[in-house]
Amino acid sequence: MTVTPLGTPRRLVEFTLDGEPVRAPEGSPLLDACRSAGKDVPALCQGDTLTPKNACRICVVEVEGARTLVPACSRGAEQGMRVRTDTERVRHSRRIVLELLASSVDLSTTPRVAGWIEEYGAEPGRFGPDAARVDEEPRVDNTLYVRDYDKCILCYKCVDACGDQWQNTFAIAVAGRGFDARIAVEHDAPLTDSACVYCGNCIEVCPTGALSFRSEFDMRAAGTWDESAQTATTTVCAYCGVGCNLTLHVQDNEIVKVTSPHDNPVTHGNLCIKGRFGYQHVQNRD
Amino acid sequence: MDLHFGDSKPSDEERAAVDALLGPPESSWEGADRSDADLRWARGGREARARRDLLLPGLHAVNDRVGWISEGALAYLCRRLTVPPAEAYGVATFYAMFSVKPRPATVLHVCTDLACLAAGAPELCEGVESRLGPGSGVSVQRGPCLGLCERAPAALAIRAGDPVRTAVAAPATVERAVLAASAPGSAAGEPPAERALPQAGDPSLILLRRVGVVDPADLDDYRAHGGYTALRRAFALGPAGVVREVTESGLVGRGGAAFPTGRKWQATASRPETPHYLVCNADESEPGTFKDRVLMEGDPYALVEAMTVAGYATGAHQGYLYLRGEYPRALRRMEHAIGRARARGLLGDDVLGQGYAFDIEIRRGAGAYVCGEETALFNSIEGHRGEPRTKPPFPVEKGLFGRPTAENNVETLVNVLPVLTMGAEAYAAIGTAGSTGPKLYCVSGSVERPGVWELPFGATLRELLERAGVREGLRAVLLGGAAGGFVRPDELDVPLTFEGTREAGTTLGSGVVMAFDDTVPLPRLLLRIAAFFRDESCGQCVPCRVGTVRQEEALHRIAERTGAAAAHDVALLREVGRAMRDASICGLGQTAWNAVESAIDRLGVYA
Ligand code: SF4
Ligand code: SF4
Ligand code: SF4
Ligand code: FES
Ligand code: FES
Repeated sequence: MTVTPLGTPRRLVEFTLDGEPVRAPEGSPLLDACRSAGKDVPALCQGDTLTPKNACRICVVEVEGARTLVPACSRGAEQGMRVRTDTERVRHSRRIVLELLASSVDLSTTPRVAGWIEEYGAEPGRFGPDAARVDEEPRVDNTLYVRDYDKCILCYKCVDACGDQWQNTFAIAVAGRGFDARIAVEHDAPLTDSACVYCGNCIEVCPTGALSFRSEFDMRAAGTWDESAQTATTTVCAYCGVGCNLTLHVQDNEIVKVTSPHDNPVTHGNLCIKGRFGYQHVQNRD
Repeated sequence: MDLHFGDSKPSDEERAAVDALLGPPESSWEGADRSDADLRWARGGREARARRDLLLPGLHAVNDRVGWISEGALAYLCRRLTVPPAEAYGVATFYAMFSVKPRPATVLHVCTDLACLAAGAPELCEGVESRLGPGSGVSVQRGPCLGLCERAPAALAIRAGDPVRTAVAAPATVERAVLAASAPGSAAGEPPAERALPQAGDPSLILLRRVGVVDPADLDDYRAHGGYTALRRAFALGPAGVVREVTESGLVGRGGAAFPTGRKWQATASRPETPHYLVCNADESEPGTFKDRVLMEGDPYALVEAMTVAGYATGAHQGYLYLRGEYPRALRRMEHAIGRARARGLLGDDVLGQGYAFDIEIRRGAGAYVCGEETALFNSIEGHRGEPRTKPPFPVEKGLFGRPTAENNVETLVNVLPVLTMGAEAYAAIGTAGSTGPKLYCVSGSVERPGVWELPFGATLRELLERAGVREGLRAVLLGGAAGGFVRPDELDVPLTFEGTREAGTTLGSGVVMAFDDTVPLPRLLLRIAAFFRDESCGQCVPCRVGTVRQEEALHRIAERTGAAAAHDVALLREVGRAMRDASICGLGQTAWNAVESAIDRLGVYA
């Protein structure tokens, strides 16, 4: 049985989305309304179980009367709003944001982004060959997961997941500012010197592959990572009695990584180190 | 929370600095020696976490005493406040005045911003750097505007220790700057605040009338010059009466956004949640702005009184004065004034015997322009990174500590005093129908009499510049600071009002007027503005974090080019600028392209 938390009932408000009347619970994210109306609004920093940080600015829409564009992921629906999701102004901002991102970090493992770059006609190359890039070596400082900040779009999801929204460990935060801002543990130390408990919840939410399983990282390096050849099977973790759901990603009869379904009412995608990383014993066959 | 503090230990010096702020630790849970009692109870949880807002003062305490923040010091501070070290590190590395790497005890901040750039800052820096080589024990830091533009070029020396010593050299020569850095305790004092007022003594002054007339240290002198009559009137009117008076005066915020003050106060006062807070934004970091500094240095009690009035009107019992970290003299004077007012019953549990409780706490910024954005300022006070929050919700609903908060800058608050002493009607009669009251302008650059000027709204830019003695060969005027825009010498008849500047396609912003003659190459100014925004971006949102970098790169590429050779990059600038304006979270990113755009369109800089 799936228990869906009901929350306090909210009144429905009416507003228009690209001219069509729609109804949504007051204060619910415009992005939800867009999606239920079948509009394909791109989003990167928004996550299904975290409070949106609205930092990437890729989901912006036009709200009549607002001086600037507004992030659909975090602006709540209000009575009588007039929202436009696909105007020239909106498309312009999305295109530039995609160009700025793609010219400064490596988006090769970010799902869907290649399609958006094409759809919006973004040309990240036009800032010239010397355009500033993040350009950092991946940090391989433990056997469980790798931090490759060259791919990090600073969406803050891992920080929120490690902090007060999921894990309550607070091992990582944003340090520095501006273009030099990076996700880091204190004093930019190796992960092994930090408070990290290797729950892997940050990997679970990372939208870009900047955080990845060591297994995935090594297989990519060896050229053997092949998502199309993988199966995903959801099962129950056998370690303790909580009953967390695990999704085992299997390639060539080997577990290559473990994720957790976000719609599970017990865990919402959270796991502990054992459920997330403790799968080797399954495949020690002799 | 399972916090992990590592095993690095603070030095005695660092421990003492933190303990001086927080008192000695009570148990081993927060860093004291272990006793038997510690085995039976755990300290922490909600009570300790509620002190998170002491993180910024704690970082200042260590940085002031030692000059930088070591791993051991950070770990100890985190233990005392139950703050996760990763987050505290994120906060410490956010601010320009802190260092998490060892550095000499003395730091000399040399301004390389616009007015100083025009007054020879590059030569100053080179001279200072060659005199103060690596072995000198001084770290020279080139940085943004120090708010001393009327005396450009400027330098500020800070020597860590107990007590921390500061010295200002402005106008700075190589000798003076070196002297300030090598002996901050005995360097020549600063000129009195009123030296920044070319109109000092003019009886028609309203906001500045006491600067240079009263003794800024003497509360009785302040009262003898009309001090505290506004607060008495406020008590006579009652909170709703004060809000009504302020609304009818037509007073709007002077920080740049021009929001009606009465409406903001009304919205805060009417919120059912408690407590309410009053925050005074004294984080004046807009390049070219120094009026708040002069007001705080020259008439500190006026700000104390104005904050009390505002607190009373909005139902707040606690006010925070968020003061720019680069203003040591303003800090000393405000600390003194608040202490005196408290001792005399003008702050505290029973202000003026009227049964109203109000007190003011000073919080020092630590070098971050973005903290002038109101929600970033709240985050900064709360001990988080000074990153702006998304609005809505607006501060009047959910501001400081998530409570209804009225936030005003210094100039706005000081205007409340004449509103109450003159009455709304007389106040509203000053200026124009759309922009009421007197206005302060920070005039610097190529003028004979730079400084803070007070004129009623409606005077033209030409009148202001003529009074300030604009020099021959005027090439451009930057109005509103780095977030504002340039106007041409043939546009000087623009009336200085919110509606007049808007009509002329520019903005009054925070009241900055920087005049540049043709000896300063414009592309160089634009590069400095671009570098400023790239440096000051908090990094939260993509359009600003990357856009400001791309803007600076494009300007570097164009440098001295014009016409067809520049056309491609100018087009690129426009496209990126439009997205920054449209899609950035806060005003910093939204305005980062204003000045460059105006230089292209109005001055034809790359044409
Ligand atoms: S693995 Fe868990 S504890 Fe470690 S950084 Fe990620 S979320 Fe935080
Ligand atoms: S590491 Fe991943 S989750 Fe964390 S900020 Fe970067 S992109 Fe987001
Ligand atoms: S616009 Fe710039 S300063 Fe403002 S939130 Fe975005 S990155 Fe930060
Ligand atoms: S998804 Fe909305 S701003 Fe990132
Ligand atoms: S102090 Fe140098 S520009 Fe303001």
